[in-house]
Amino acid sequence: MNERSSTLVPFEDALTRYEPVMGLEVHVELNTATKMFCGCATAFGAEPNTQVCPVCLGLPGALPVVNEKAVESAIRIGLALNCEIAEWCRFARKNYFYPDMPKNFQTSQYDEPIAFDGWTEVEVDGEIFRIEIERAHMEEDTGKSLHVGGSTGRIHGASHSLLDYNRAGIPLIEIVTKPIEVPGDKAPAVARAYVNHLRDLMLALGVSDARMDQGSLRADVNLSLRPSGTTTFGTRSETKNVNSFRSVERAVRFEVSRHAGILDAGGSVVQETRHFHESDGSTSAGREKSDAEDYRYFPEPDLAPVAPSRAWVDELRATLPEPPAERRKRLQSEWGFSDLDMRDTVGAGALDLVAATIEAGASPAAAKKWWLGELARRSNEQGVDIAALPITPQQVAEIQSLIDAGRINDKLARSVFDGVLAGEGSAEEVVAARGLEVVSDDGALSAAVDQAIADNPDVADKIRGGKMQAAGALIGAVMKQMRGQADAARVRELILEKLS
Amino acid sequence: MSSSAISRDDVAHLASLARIDLSDDELDRLGAELPAILEHVKVVQQVAGDDVPPMSHPIPVANVFRADVPRPGLTPDEALAGAPASEEQRFLVPQILGEE
Repeated sequence: MNERSSTLVPFEDALTRYEPVMGLEVHVELNTATKMFCGCATAFGAEPNTQVCPVCLGLPGALPVVNEKAVESAIRIGLALNCEIAEWCRFARKNYFYPDMPKNFQTSQYDEPIAFDGWTEVEVDGEIFRIEIERAHMEEDTGKSLHVGGSTGRIHGASHSLLDYNRAGIPLIEIVTKPIEVPGDKAPAVARAYVNHLRDLMLALGVSDARMDQGSLRADVNLSLRPSGTTTFGTRSETKNVNSFRSVERAVRFEVSRHAGILDAGGSVVQETRHFHESDGSTSAGREKSDAEDYRYFPEPDLAPVAPSRAWVDELRATLPEPPAERRKRLQSEWGFSDLDMRDTVGAGALDLVAATIEAGASPAAAKKWWLGELARRSNEQGVDIAALPITPQQVAEIQSLIDAGRINDKLARSVFDGVLAGEGSAEEVVAARGLEVVSDDGALSAAVDQAIADNPDVADKIRGGKMQAAGALIGAVMKQMRGQADAARVRELILEKLS
Repeated sequence: MSSSAISRDDVAHLASLARIDLSDDELDRLGAELPAILEHVKVVQQVAGDDVPPMSHPIPVANVFRADVPRPGLTPDEALAGAPASEEQRFLVPQILGEE
């Protein structure tokens, strides 16, 4: 709209004059079986308008009723973020006229959030940053719009729009931070680490799929700059729906550069919504932010207040999982991993997989070796999440147990991984079907050793002459003959027996 | 919003929020009618003194919950039955203006 063509100031340069202040709003879609205020199903990817009813379509006379499980999840999220839990709170109508909500309002919470005044901690490069939580409140998701007739599905230039209300009414928890004032060079990484931390927390709580790619975890990045050494906040921009962890980091960097350009030129930042563009990491102007007052919030008369008893809150507090950071610390020391090992494991998204593999009997070193080596490589090649590979931690542990028992070696194990990933059955079945077992039968090995000695008389002479290290060449020859399936230790013994 | 004055500008602002296109005549008329309506409803404020807490629900009840169990809703045909227009099993709405 009123986009000014200011120059972007390089991020590092901007930090020499300005300090960024961030605010992060994260929407978490709960994984309840039904919507926030009606019994409609919430399955992702269902055919359009197959999960709707008079309540979520806002038909006259429909009466919404609160989903108890959603309140329970909201309280658990609040507790996990060290929040106070309201003794009594209400829903409110946020009135706006836009077809993504057929009711012409979104049922949300306004001045009485269910959870407030919390904090959490995130780690960046070994340094801990405390993030203050302003509030976590309950609300509902909106429908999905499909814009027809414009270029690339954008609203601009569209002739009309099509609405699917399957998502309208799915429970959302919006988690809002207080202003985050960290050293500017750390800000992008802290923002990313915070959103990542929330994802881990949601998964540990089991309250959401927390998948940014499917929109069940969405981040809005609010950012303002102020001259270094000053305390008054500048005007902020709100970059909406930043949909990957990397994008959170990029959005912060871009907005710092953009704001600095405007301020350097003596301009003033417009308080507005910005859209983030994955393609180049830039943002562009959306609508100018209306005043909160324009939403005409008022208490929702169709819903009774929520007044969680302290007994219920205590009961839910007892169900909280070990906080992710503490769990990582505990596992690292139990497994004897270095900081680097741990960072690689977490970075590869393999922490839970490694943990489950160890639980299934593998050593920490073996579990790490397979998940971060062979399996990480395959997930990269195929461009899929490592957790989505069609192999379970139990199967990985089983393959390792075959190695430990001397029935296969590392090289054969790679073929076993191929078979298991191709759906050929358990490790045991793949070994049998593909004939991968190590041969330690002396008859077969002895013949192969004799052949290798006959083929390599020079080497055999060296060994006879006492140069034991030459045995490696003969072992290699035997391995080649037996397509890698010989028991290397036994082959070595046989060679030495025959040549001494 | 204060209970008394509502200006013609207020009406114009509300109309734009509600995406209702009002003519100058309509703004003049509503600019006069709305204050009269508010004046009429204002009588409630005489009853609600400082000792009467504001309420948002007619009965003093809390924690009315529903178990998280799916219930059948409407079929797409039923859902779209009241829609002026639909396409691809979705509600069709006219061009959305005033955004990006």
